[in-house]
Amino acid sequence: MALRAARDAAIWGGVALAVFVPLIGLQAVQDIRGELRLDTRWPLLVVLVAMVVGGSLVNSLLIAPWRERRGRRVPHENAALARAAAAFGRWFPPFAVGFVIVFPFLALWLTGMQGSVKWIDNFGIQILIYVMLGFGLNIVVGLAGLLDLGYVAFYAVGAYAYALLAKEFGFSFFTLLPLAGILAAFWGIILGFPVLRLRGDYLAIVTLAFGEIIRLVLINWVPVTNGYAGISGIPRPTFFGIPFNASDEGFAAVFGLEFSPIYRGIFLYYIILALALLTAFVTVRLRRLPIGRAWEALREDEIACRSLGIDTTTTKLTAFAIGAMFGGFAGSFFAARQGFISPESFTFMESATIVAIVVLGGMGSQIGVAVAAVAMIGGTELLRELDVLKEVFGREFDPTQYRMLLFGFAMVLIMIWKPRGLISSRAPSVFLKERKAVAGSLVKEGHG
Amino acid sequence: MAVAPPLLRVEHLTMRFGGLVAVGDLGFTARRGEITALIGPNGAGKTTVFNCITGFYKPTEGRIAVVHGEAGLWDELEALTRRGDRHLTLANGGLFLLERMPDHLVSRQAKVARTFQNIRLFSGMTVLENLLVAQHAPLMLASGFSLLGVLGVASYRRAERAAIDKAKHWLALTGLLDRADEPAGALPYGAQRRLEIARAMCTDPVLLCLDEPAAGLNPRESAALNELILTIRDRHATSVLLIEHDMSVVMEISDHVVVLDYGVKIADGTPEEVRNDQKVIAAYLGVADDEVEAVEAEVGL
Amino acid sequence: MDIFVQQLINGITLGSIYGLIAIGYTMVFGIIGMVNFAHGDVFMVSAFIALIAFLVLTTWIGIGSVTLALFIVLIVAMALTAVLNWGIERLAYRPLRGSFRLAPLISAIGMSIFLSNFIQVAQGPRNKSIPPLLSGEFVLMDGGGYQVTLSYKQIMVWVVTAVLLACFWWVVSRTALGRAQRACEQDQKMAALLGVDVDRTISITFVIGAALAAVAGTMYLMYYGVISFADGFTPGVKAFTAAVLGGIGSLPGAVIGGLLIGLVETLWSAYFSIDYKDVAAFSILAIVLIFLPQGLLGRPEVEKV
Repeated sequence: MALRAARDAAIWGGVALAVFVPLIGLQAVQDIRGELRLDTRWPLLVVLVAMVVGGSLVNSLLIAPWRERRGRRVPHENAALARAAAAFGRWFPPFAVGFVIVFPFLALWLTGMQGSVKWIDNFGIQILIYVMLGFGLNIVVGLAGLLDLGYVAFYAVGAYAYALLAKEFGFSFFTLLPLAGILAAFWGIILGFPVLRLRGDYLAIVTLAFGEIIRLVLINWVPVTNGYAGISGIPRPTFFGIPFNASDEGFAAVFGLEFSPIYRGIFLYYIILALALLTAFVTVRLRRLPIGRAWEALREDEIACRSLGIDTTTTKLTAFAIGAMFGGFAGSFFAARQGFISPESFTFMESATIVAIVVLGGMGSQIGVAVAAVAMIGGTELLRELDVLKEVFGREFDPTQYRMLLFGFAMVLIMIWKPRGLISSRAPSVFLKERKAVAGSLVKEGHG
Repeated sequence: MAVAPPLLRVEHLTMRFGGLVAVGDLGFTARRGEITALIGPNGAGKTTVFNCITGFYKPTEGRIAVVHGEAGLWDELEALTRRGDRHLTLANGGLFLLERMPDHLVSRQAKVARTFQNIRLFSGMTVLENLLVAQHAPLMLASGFSLLGVLGVASYRRAERAAIDKAKHWLALTGLLDRADEPAGALPYGAQRRLEIARAMCTDPVLLCLDEPAAGLNPRESAALNELILTIRDRHATSVLLIEHDMSVVMEISDHVVVLDYGVKIADGTPEEVRNDQKVIAAYLGVADDEVEAVEAEVGL
Repeated sequence: MDIFVQQLINGITLGSIYGLIAIGYTMVFGIIGMVNFAHGDVFMVSAFIALIAFLVLTTWIGIGSVTLALFIVLIVAMALTAVLNWGIERLAYRPLRGSFRLAPLISAIGMSIFLSNFIQVAQGPRNKSIPPLLSGEFVLMDGGGYQVTLSYKQIMVWVVTAVLLACFWWVVSRTALGRAQRACEQDQKMAALLGVDVDRTISITFVIGAALAAVAGTMYLMYYGVISFADGFTPGVKAFTAAVLGGIGSLPGAVIGGLLIGLVETLWSAYFSIDYKDVAAFSILAIVLIFLPQGLLGRPEVEKV
């Protein structure tokens, strides 16, 4: 075994060497005259190749044997463990909801007025936006089994709908929120209709194309969208008409508080929390309704659905429309929170991130999606905070540069580790005597 | 005994795939309250006929009609065909032209249900969920197309309870009551076959089309299946059309047998008549009609 | 008319590059039924390898002959990109074979993100441009102040593409390897039973796809003279469109699709709007998939009940 491990390590070391010599060992840099010349980074090359060799050795000597042992072990019924898992499933969601409700005050208490802005805004709101997007896309991908790689289009529709209508007509956030959702749902139907017949990866690619078309239109339709420059000065949500600013009519002044941006942050936090909980609630309810069961049945076997009198066209379109509606809600919230939007925020990367959250969470599982969003978004946000790395790698080391690099690599590793996501088992929507989770291996992933 | 009125009438049904004629000018009738069997050697086009009847294929030519309730509606057939409508629905029954209807409406409106040769269950859903999906249309109505359902109104909860009761009825009949909360994909093969029949019955069909229901069953399961099919015919006012290879099933329970070979009907009658038909024997042995005796002697029949 | 001929020449050049990338998509889809999302980024990485190799040859070693330099750059880029794609397949796709169907696609998306950010971090986010090479051209038509030209660079792209496609065609149609590939495409289990090493065949498919992508990458760099870490996505999607348009799984289809997409793009830019040229490509993708999912040369799929 050691011999094989050494051989594999040598192979991977060779691959790494071949690829890294030109791409890491050498760097094409522009000199003062604008011409390219080559810099060398041999020490870095040695370190990286050594890391690859080390990683290969660790994999073949430790991880692979461990996985094999675990795979061989007969899954025995451990009553205590099963009870613990059931209890976790029962108590974790209320606990998590409770935690996110008190989170802003916890952050305030622990980090003070100044420090908590980061935790509430950068972490809390950011993560909750993705939780909400994940819940929305989960209806399409997780329940109906239709892989949509252009979900960001509906996010964009919601954001631009709010930005344009709020600036043009001065409607308030809460008036425009449902409107943006309806508009996004409408686009969900329009884009969903032509792709109904498609199956498999084709559906994914066409939705990707639609997402890109919408972004390109946003870039090029300058009179309306202002192109690359984007739309700024988008009205912020107000607290029943009281704005969050430093003026005398502002929230702080009216309530006799000292002005701080944190009030707006907390307010926005609870808006997005409410929206995310609404999405979760509606999804849970829909799953137990005939439409939700039809979605899941569609994921399992479309032909059988048709033989039972289910109109697969409308069933798919409702999934697209409802998923898009929640994307639209999230989009208008995003526009209201940022005060500025541009096509840059709606690239394919966003769609890929949301899909990754849904698949990583375990398709169809609400808790899984929420945990995955916290891990992926929180994890990459956390990288910004790691000043420790600066100490190790030197002053000019910027950890944020590596965010997406690690994000992509993590996607690959997680798929290898858990191809079905964190929570692969499926909870039945109805039961006669007892609710038994359905093993992930039996659940189909849909044809889209 | 008076002959029962027809329920399903297939006329001049032709299905071509490119140059291949899978079914050629087929005509037969299935009567109300009867079990009609469609038999024939492999590749005779039986499943193609099923797919045409249940709307999964659009036949190249031909007419497939079903009547509910009032048998007098058959007189309207020509007029309906000329009008170009899909169906004629009256208070006391309905007339449906299946070749004009999309597959899901064949099940929902014309009340023709089917099973599949290679079982198609929702394997990641529980047995009970499978049976509730089959009751989609009425439940959808009860849930106010989901709008009322999301709000959790009582009328939907009542409708769901009724749907569960119906599912329980069929689970009891198919011997699956104890396994209601298990995933369908985890059931043994024979149970999956029965579940598929139960699921089709939950759509309240007037005609149940079974595609080789006994395939892969052991003799005991096969006997139980015969019981189940007879129960469906006698107690639930549902007629049955079945494709079957297992001759013991066909001969024991069928009221009427249609034999296909190379997409063409070669015999049509009672099991007794078909059993002694030279053409049928020739088709099953794979020889020309006049060689039947020689081959029978050879194999010792 | 003049403009049309000129755009035709430009379109064929661009289309050759798309066609070379499209073969990688179509071969991988044919053999394992997966859209290799990272293929566009493999193309981009190959252009960077070509860039560095070119700089090594010209600034360090000082090779004077452009033709010789190009030849060496091409070989180096093909070899190293092939090694890279072999590694990617082993690391990111092979462990997922036969598992959950979405997993390889997600893994490929992750790989795509990883590759473009890897290049951004390793080589910097700015565009890299090289001095113009082979700057001569033939004047084909001259009239009314508009010259229709065929540049040496374009000839180079055409010739290199044609030669490599011919080699590639010979490999897949005449050798045991090509037979093994076609066997795996039809039925992997049966091929394995008949003694075809399926894993190895799939690996080689990735290697060949990457080598052709590297040809495209080298040509792209030499033709446009500029490359950046973000240049993988859009050509990748266009090449995928080409593969789909030609009929995914069909090798001649990929080349024809590539040429068509190249022509559509240049003609669209010339006659309609350069801003919306990418919209045109994406619209074609959507329209083809919706109305002609089997493509021009693909086999139609029959729904089995």
